[in-house]
Amino acid sequence: MEAEYRFTRRHIISLDDLSVQDIDYILRVAESFKEISERPIKKVPTLRGKTVINLFFEPSTRTRLSFEVAAKRLSADTFNIAPSSSSTTKGETLVDTACNLAAMKPDIIIIRHPRSGSPRLLARHINASVLNAGDGTNEHPSQALLDLMTVREKKGRIEGLKVAIVGDITHSRVAHSNIIGFSKMGATVAVSGPATLLPTGIEQMGAVVCSSVEEAVADADVVMALRIQKERQRDPLIPSLREYANFFGITTRTLAGAKPDAMIMHPGPINRGVEMDPAIADGPRSVILEQVTNGVAVRMALLYLIMGGD
Amino acid sequence: MAFSSLDASVRQPLLLAGGRIIDPVNGLDRVGDLYIDNGRILAVGENLKVEPTGVLRIDLAGRWVVPGFVDMHVHLREPGEEYKETVASGTKAAAAGGFTAVACMPNTRPVNDNQAVTALILAKAAAGYARVYPVGAISRGSEGEELAEYGEMRGAGVVALSDDGRPVLNSQLMRRALEYAGNHRLLVICHSEEISLSRHGVMNEGALSTRLGLIGTPRVAEEIMVYRDLALAEYTGRPVHIAHVSTRESVSLIRRAKAKGCRVTAETAPHYFALTEEAIGLYDALAKMNPPLRTADDVAAIKEGLRDGTLDSIATDHAPHSELEKDVEFDLAANGIIGLETALPLALNLVREGVLDPARLVELLSVNPARILGVAGGSLAVDAPADVTVIDPDHRYVYGLEQVVSKSKNSPFLNQQMTGKAVLTVVDGHITYSDLA
Repeated sequence: MEAEYRFTRRHIISLDDLSVQDIDYILRVAESFKEISERPIKKVPTLRGKTVINLFFEPSTRTRLSFEVAAKRLSADTFNIAPSSSSTTKGETLVDTACNLAAMKPDIIIIRHPRSGSPRLLARHINASVLNAGDGTNEHPSQALLDLMTVREKKGRIEGLKVAIVGDITHSRVAHSNIIGFSKMGATVAVSGPATLLPTGIEQMGAVVCSSVEEAVADADVVMALRIQKERQRDPLIPSLREYANFFGITTRTLAGAKPDAMIMHPGPINRGVEMDPAIADGPRSVILEQVTNGVAVRMALLYLIMGGD
Repeated sequence: MAFSSLDASVRQPLLLAGGRIIDPVNGLDRVGDLYIDNGRILAVGENLKVEPTGVLRIDLAGRWVVPGFVDMHVHLREPGEEYKETVASGTKAAAAGGFTAVACMPNTRPVNDNQAVTALILAKAAAGYARVYPVGAISRGSEGEELAEYGEMRGAGVVALSDDGRPVLNSQLMRRALEYAGNHRLLVICHSEEISLSRHGVMNEGALSTRLGLIGTPRVAEEIMVYRDLALAEYTGRPVHIAHVSTRESVSLIRRAKAKGCRVTAETAPHYFALTEEAIGLYDALAKMNPPLRTADDVAAIKEGLRDGTLDSIATDHAPHSELEKDVEFDLAANGIIGLETALPLALNLVREGVLDPARLVELLSVNPARILGVAGGSLAVDAPADVTVIDPDHRYVYGLEQVVSKSKNSPFLNQQMTGKAVLTVVDGHITYSDLA
């Protein structure tokens, strides 16, 4: 059975589109690619002659750079475009932008966009492979995959683990992709945060909604804090960052009920002292920087696999 | 398909022979003939004997002959957005869908909040394919601040008032509008929406909006305002009409208000009984409208409301948009779909499901909207205006892009199998549309 499996996805847009086998295969390929980044000469010819465009409609340092590093380590030619959202409102539509880029025959377009569903729109109009680097408040699949990789690396498995995700679930595309991904791979995902930041029907995506952070964290193998995304909040949703930190921040106190070896994760960038006590973020259980390292490996795997692998 | 505009066609005596005449106002449902001349119904009966000279006899065995459909809620986009639709193209789509009259909402550019715009729309309508009843704005510019000139607009021809597309947020203004509309015998049509709950929403709020990462509009945004509008109607003693009802609780609120004797009428649109939010799929903007598509439970309640008389009318909310407004990110896409050409087959589905009987269908599409607006139509009595729709209830076809008559093509029903079609539309004795085999 193993021998017959083939990875056939052309686009990476949602964790929903990936089977358990797909995810397992992506993680294994990523694990094998991780070593490339440890070499003195960090480059393999795998994607030589391929053109990768980073089309980022939202500011990003970490994700954009991570994709660029990943593509370059595979010898692809990479181009970064950051159309300001204002230039698109001045006239050119997303579809026009995409079609113009497609006319230059890229192989992969990596898109980050403030509107949920934009990568689907892109994929409907162009032939290149589309890789979603975060769309609105919808999904961030490569982040979830690197989180899965990091957990599997540390814990040896994903099935049967308890993962607590704490914070702004409504506006977090990372949370959405992780809820789908960890549930699919057999973990239990508990979410908690201010009720104003827990969206309607999140339990139907596979999450267990907890009324307190302590309840979510109890016996957890993994504790993930999310960034408070002030830029996406349009209404008054929390009274103040101080009150948020006091009641929903990850601290030694809130972590008391977690498993002693619980991993501490954060998709970054951190608002230090708000969603996470700096002592925790920098402490021995934190894997925040390993997440970043694994991000390059996972993105190399995704680029390689959507180009057909082998 | 053949079309003929009202100004270009010559009236000729018509004998619509052997169809099933369904005329609930006159308690009629039987096979018979309808004789039309000079824009009037001259006779109804079996085997009518008419002078053979100059009478066009059309045999309609197996077809239904019903009073012409009246759509009390369309957007014709003229003046201002003629690239989406015009009075001519919109009424042509109406004729193709079996509608003999449409009431057009005032959210044109400029807004129809004065007699000059009303007069312009009616001047265009003279060369159209259906009767056009303009709806005037409740507030100047539909901005919700000052009353528009109801008396002057009525003089120019408006039949009702609405700020449709936007709610009247200010409750005091809404109260004054209801009171002052009474002076001019104009009905107020409410777009009931509490904006503070819905401002950023692009679809129904629930598990699906969460899954898609889209901001939801909760059902209570509609229901709170439906309740307010009903309360103001009761308090002022003035009638209100609630537009595009989409939720179970809205239906319940209206049912209760009617039981109390409130002067309220209400409409829903075909998409609220034919589709659920699932139609959005992976961000299909053709399923984006306001109010948004809801859930199967709401659809069941809407059907029950249509059956039991809580909802009085099926109105399409025909809202043409071009690809410029629809082939964009879901968040940015305009609300609304075209509906004139698909209303009949979708409503006929309810007859086939056993929700409605044919007479009730005719009430919802013709009798009631004509009565609510206080306009001609809804009856096939002798001497009534000759506004007649002939239906082939069993005609099966695919509603393909090339078939769309409206200038805009934004329909979620494109390429779907439809059963039932208007095959002849007669307005004031003119054949505006014919698709008889």
